[in-house]
Amino acid sequence: MNFSEVFKQSNQLCKVSPDGKYLATCVQYRLVVRDVSTLQILQLYTCLDQISHMDWSSDSLFILCAMYKRGLVQVWSLEQPDWHCKIDEGSIGLVSSRWSPDGRHILNTTEFHLRVTVWSLCTKAVSYIKYPKACQKGIDFSRDGCYMALAERRDCKDYVSVFVCDDWHLLRHFETETQDLAGLEWSPNGCVLAVWDSCLEYKVLLYSLDGRLLSTYSAYEWSLGVKSVTWSPSSQFLAIGSYDEKVRILNHITWKKIAQFEHIATINNTKAVVYKEVEKRPAVGSDDLSLHNITIGTTLFNTQSKYEICPPPVQVPVVKPDPDRANPKIGVSTLAFSSDSRYLATKNDNMASVVWVWDMQKMSLLAVLEQTSAVRCFQWDPRRPRLALCTGNTKLYLWSPAGCVSVQVPTEGGFQVQSLNWHCCGETLILLGKDQLCLCDDEKIGGNTPLQILNFTC
Amino acid sequence: MPESSLDIFPPKVKDICSSSIECRPSPLRQSSQSSLPLHRNYMLSTFCTEKNVQECLSHISQEVSSLGLPPVWMESGGSSEMNVVAVLNCIYDLIQLHRRGLRTLENMEVEQLKSSSNLDYLQLTSTQLKEQLELSKRENTGLLERERQLQLKVKSLQNCLKNEKEEVQKLQNIIASRASQYNHEMKRKEREFNKLRERLNQLLVDKKEKKQAIDVLNNIGRADGKRSLWKTEKTEAKHEGEMYKTLLSDYDIRQRELLLENAELKKVLQQMKKDMVSILSSKKPTLKDDQHQDDDIQADLEEEVFDSSKESVELYCVHAREKLTNSIRLQWRRLKSHVERLDNQASLAQIGRSKNTDAVSRETHEEEMDRLKLEIQQCKDFIQTQHQLLQQLSSPYDEEKASLLSDCYMLQEKERFRDEWKTLEEQRKIFERERRNFTEAAIRLSHERKAFEDDRATWLKHQFLNLSPFADSNKPQMSKSKSAFLISKTEASAASAPEKLIKRPSDTTSPTPRCVPLTSPSTAELYPTLCLVPENRSTKPKRLTEHVEESSNFLNGNVPAQHKHWNDREDHSSHTLTKEKTSSI
Repeated sequence: MNFSEVFKQSNQLCKVSPDGKYLATCVQYRLVVRDVSTLQILQLYTCLDQISHMDWSSDSLFILCAMYKRGLVQVWSLEQPDWHCKIDEGSIGLVSSRWSPDGRHILNTTEFHLRVTVWSLCTKAVSYIKYPKACQKGIDFSRDGCYMALAERRDCKDYVSVFVCDDWHLLRHFETETQDLAGLEWSPNGCVLAVWDSCLEYKVLLYSLDGRLLSTYSAYEWSLGVKSVTWSPSSQFLAIGSYDEKVRILNHITWKKIAQFEHIATINNTKAVVYKEVEKRPAVGSDDLSLHNITIGTTLFNTQSKYEICPPPVQVPVVKPDPDRANPKIGVSTLAFSSDSRYLATKNDNMASVVWVWDMQKMSLLAVLEQTSAVRCFQWDPRRPRLALCTGNTKLYLWSPAGCVSVQVPTEGGFQVQSLNWHCCGETLILLGKDQLCLCDDEKIGGNTPLQILNFTC
Repeated sequence: MPESSLDIFPPKVKDICSSSIECRPSPLRQSSQSSLPLHRNYMLSTFCTEKNVQECLSHISQEVSSLGLPPVWMESGGSSEMNVVAVLNCIYDLIQLHRRGLRTLENMEVEQLKSSSNLDYLQLTSTQLKEQLELSKRENTGLLERERQLQLKVKSLQNCLKNEKEEVQKLQNIIASRASQYNHEMKRKEREFNKLRERLNQLLVDKKEKKQAIDVLNNIGRADGKRSLWKTEKTEAKHEGEMYKTLLSDYDIRQRELLLENAELKKVLQQMKKDMVSILSSKKPTLKDDQHQDDDIQADLEEEVFDSSKESVELYCVHAREKLTNSIRLQWRRLKSHVERLDNQASLAQIGRSKNTDAVSRETHEEEMDRLKLEIQQCKDFIQTQHQLLQQLSSPYDEEKASLLSDCYMLQEKERFRDEWKTLEEQRKIFERERRNFTEAAIRLSHERKAFEDDRATWLKHQFLNLSPFADSNKPQMSKSKSAFLISKTEASAASAPEKLIKRPSDTTSPTPRCVPLTSPSTAELYPTLCLVPENRSTKPKRLTEHVEESSNFLNGNVPAQHKHWNDREDHSSHTLTKEKTSSI
């Protein structure tokens, strides 16, 4: 693996353009656009204040920089560096800004969720959408960019509005059977909208694009309910993670539960492979067998780590949540399907150092990755069934069906990986530290090296 | 407790009774016995005197008659004479009576004792029982008390439960009311909040100085390059149409997938059915006689159904599907029953087989058993004999073992010795070889010497024959070439003749040890060789002296003599040298 030099970055604002050619990073009030392959600076824009949000337009031509404190949005063009656009939300304030899927409109959510302002860059036209609901995920665009679903709250009832993104025509407006709608998400094929209630009630509702209620699912009552919802890329499964430390998989035909994945502290499943990260100080003249530790010049004082396969039963460390506090740290909070919908990675909040990988064909547990510290972030390779994760230390971890590997990030001064993003081609990883970033290029090893390395480490 | 106490008490009571029985009779009897004679004596003393014999007689006779005995005396006789025989009889009877009376008294006393002890025992038991009664009564009251208390408790608990239930109900009501209240409040707050938002929105919109604004350098074109359209009903309809189109296409895709899946499943079903039919048809001829006729009809029917379904697979109509599933179901049932029957048959066959074999092999079985038993016996015998043999072997074996062990050590020792022996042998051989070499060398030397002496002899002969003037020049040359030190010494000795004569022996001895080391290993062997070849002289310093010795050598060939001559000879040589010198001078 090749690691680039370290660049500065602030607020973890760093994004690769949708076409995969450019890398935009924010440093304080400056926006830097680099070429991904050469990492040379192509453009440098200066904003009016410290940037709090940055995003690429879908056609990779414009970059939006939002300064929430000042209620400002600045848009920059990559093709015309002297072109500029400034949107001032005035005293009404700004809490969120995003591109519409066509890349010609900007949707600004004002403070107190008073309204959503839709600014057109083509006509300078402004339109307002009233009553947006302040919730976990109130706006979602369909994958093809045709429709937008917006959660609304009127007269103490939840509604969903479906807009046509083309001309912001309100296509459907319907009341949902929720107590307190918490989020909504389109299925990847854009035909089904999943809507879920707040954690006080376990309720998932599935609406057709035309507003018909397809199905309602509720696993249990009274105790805290849904924590996370994710569609599989094939739109075939809907995975629901909940506070009872389980993931339930609904199918797309009957919308009934077809599988239930439990996150039990003692893993007895003999078919699942449990990888345990083992840390060790590098011995002087160590006879370390793991290849990456030899190939990559590790700094002397960094702890090395490698994975060991533990035979079942394995006891996973569990932290008991404080029952008196709100939003208890328990339950499945993160769910991610691999790009081929074959695997599902989950994280249970009271087992923060463990990532679970489930096989969606066999509907069973496939692998468990027990890290030495809490997992901060994990993401699937957009091309291959490969999972990258970080735990806020100086290492990058990769899992694939063939095995597991830990890679030391070979940078000076202890680059601690807080978050990571795959490049859309699946060969480059962007590692984000506290105020730095680093590119990890997997090209030289053809994307298969972790598997080769594994032969040595495992 | 009461039972155990009861168990314990009776023996005690008995003991007491027996002791009382034992101890009591003696005083009683004593008293009765003592009192009776006393009384009698007293009576005798006072009852009859000389004066009142008659009265006594009459009284006694009265008494006696009253007792039912024959009268003691008859008044009819008129005389006061007593009938002695009658009196004696009477006395005897009286005594008998008295004895009997005593016996009955004794019996009565025993009886009384018994009853009294019985009474005691009964009293004791009664007291015990009373105590027990008291105890149980107390217990009973205790239990009753407890029961009462428990009942009270139950009552209180029931009350508690009722209260709790009521509390729960109340709380539930409270919760419900609170929830509704909370919901209501929430709604109110939300409404208020919305109002506020509305108001804020209005205010912010109305506010002049800091309005929302967009500042764009120049407008940019749409991503698709088209111009935006007016919102009309047409566009609305278009949107609707598009939406339904996407939905439709999705459904289409799904339907296609389902169709594919269905077709595959149907294929599987058909395959299964075919297999089942083939299985069933193959077994049919064998089982036809077992089956009822209607079964056959059914099978035929199924066959038909199967055929028809085969045709209608492609139709996907409801009837065909129903037929297919029905026929499958029927076939399946038949297959199941068939399998069950087969199972039964198999089990029956097994049982039958086992029975048959049993009946047949009864006798052979026994025979076999006998044979096997015999074999076992034989084997046992064999084992025993083996065991015995082993034991017999074991005692000598121990000694052997010990010897073997010692042998082992010996063997080692032997080995070691052999090795040593070998090395010694080798050394010996080496020595032998050396010795042989040496002897050969010695022989060679002797030969050389002989030749040399011959030469010298001839040379001397020549000298003697012609004492020529070149003899002077010859001698010093020879001496110079052979040994330098001798010459120097001779010269020194020439300088001081008397001194040299004293020094000489020490001087001559000194060179010999120097020479000896060179030939030391062979000196020992040299002597015998010298013995063998007495004329041989090989040491260099002696060379010059040889000619002097010559005469002596010729005179006596023995070694000791030679030794003597050696020293003499040296002296001689010096002499001769000096002589020669002097002569030469």
